[in-house]
Amino acid sequence: MSKRIDVKDLNVYYSKFLAVEDVNINIEARSVTAFIGPSGCGKSTFLRTLNRMHEVIPGARVEGEVLLDGDNLYADAVDPVTVRGQIGMVFQRPNPFPTMSIRDNVLAGVKLNNKRMSKSDGDDLVEQSLRGANLWNEVKDRLGRPGSGLSGGQQQRLCIARAIAVSPQVILMDEPCSALDPISTLAIEDLINELKADYTVVIVTHNMQQAARVSDKTAFFNIAGTGKPGKLIEYGDTTTIFNKPAQKATEDYVSGRFG
Amino acid sequence: MSTNSLKASTNSLQASSTDRGRAGDKIFSGISLAAGILILAVLFSVAVFLLVQAAPIFTADPTEVTGGNGFAPYILPIVIGTVVAAAIALLIATPIGIAVALFISHYAPRRLARAFGYVVDLLAAIPSVIYGAWGYIILAPQLARVYTWLAENLGWIPIFAGPASQTGKTILTAGIVLAVMVIPIITSLSREIFLQTPNLHEEAALAMGATRWEMVRMAVLPFARPGIISATMLGLGRALGETMAVALVLSPGALVGSLVKSGNQTIAAEIALNFPEAFGLRLNELIAAGLVLFVITLVVNMIARFIITRHKEFSGAN
Repeated sequence: MSKRIDVKDLNVYYSKFLAVEDVNINIEARSVTAFIGPSGCGKSTFLRTLNRMHEVIPGARVEGEVLLDGDNLYADAVDPVTVRGQIGMVFQRPNPFPTMSIRDNVLAGVKLNNKRMSKSDGDDLVEQSLRGANLWNEVKDRLGRPGSGLSGGQQQRLCIARAIAVSPQVILMDEPCSALDPISTLAIEDLINELKADYTVVIVTHNMQQAARVSDKTAFFNIAGTGKPGKLIEYGDTTTIFNKPAQKATEDYVSGRFG
Repeated sequence: MSTNSLKASTNSLQASSTDRGRAGDKIFSGISLAAGILILAVLFSVAVFLLVQAAPIFTADPTEVTGGNGFAPYILPIVIGTVVAAAIALLIATPIGIAVALFISHYAPRRLARAFGYVVDLLAAIPSVIYGAWGYIILAPQLARVYTWLAENLGWIPIFAGPASQTGKTILTAGIVLAVMVIPIITSLSREIFLQTPNLHEEAALAMGATRWEMVRMAVLPFARPGIISATMLGLGRALGETMAVALVLSPGALVGSLVKSGNQTIAAEIALNFPEAFGLRLNELIAAGLVLFVITLVVNMIARFIITRHKEFSGAN
């Protein structure tokens, strides 16, 4: 499990509008990479292009290449459905399926590919995934209860369990803690640290302390002004980005002078 | 801020709140209360009317009731006819309605979806007499041939037993016409519900590698379940109560098990056809039939409510 991602000359458009311009970035396997930057700079948009989820938005399209261990996600014969099976995603607001039990939520993705699964295999996978998401002890006695009855932080960890249950290569997280309280945020951050042992994790965050705490590398995105495309300004080791950034804009942003 | 000044400011707020704003609240709550009471009052008066007017039939001499055997043997066949026609209608209309609604909400290109939506809404607004006339003139003669074929080849199945009606005016035709009338209702309502599926959950399904159909099955249909049931119930209401269309496409008669023979009758059509000439006990009899229809509708709706609340925990409402 876990593959690297290399992005080459990627432009993202919403219909005619160029939203993100010319991104080149290499993301190592088994590492945590944080995308930071002011609102509207295209970091979430760019994140979505890494598993083709931007295609859900009408009119969104890309130019360029995204290579997953050398295989282009945008090659002609590639089905976005296959891509998303390998590159999981966790969203800003926790979104467990309200009509499913906790157990069914965890197994939702697995059941897509593998319709028949014995009950004991299912039980094992549920336990393994929930343990992997640090949620097992809190929910093991109520796996048949609806997932929507959990707290926000627990729901988000349930979503992470659901994502890792399909053994993806990469997990993308789009501001996974922005709807959570500090305690739940801490639980997710601890979890991210554990996840990088097995997965490539890419996280978008508005919280610079969070980026500093959880990531190995940080990419700073910025936008020149409204209506201008977002750009990758600087990418490097997190300690470098936060302590000795090469670009003035990065320094201004991480020191809290704007954004 | 000291307690004193807080109190003072509260007082000044009280003094400065205008009477007009408060009056607006009162008027509005009064109007909505009145509307609520009015609807209950109307329902109550209908129920009382039905009970009072129907009462004589239950104490009447059985020989005086149509058919000469009392009310139950009179009403039972047309209750069955009503339920069978409505069931046929729902059996056909529910899957088609849901499929069309899904096409509009999740599959069709946006511009086509909008045009399509308008057309469906328009279909719901066509008066039932038009559907009845279409069923009578166009549909029934075509179906007559199908019925003949069914009776000849599948006649060993009791519901297709011959001889088939030559005019095609059977309970099956009535059910099909009702289905056509109910489809726009189910489609319209289901579409609105499907469109309200939280984006959040659709994206959750897609992001784990679901195809569009898998996403629909995972996120859209479970979310819309109570809505689909409600839509079906409204459709059923129309199917049960429809008078004109049934009166036009069904040549009524005694209860028969075969769907392709002429015969059978529904309560609504029975009332409509006989009401103008009815007087005395016959009038009470027809109103009692209406009461029975009322009860059927009530029971069906209660069952639907029960099904919806049984799954409340998993509805996502919490």
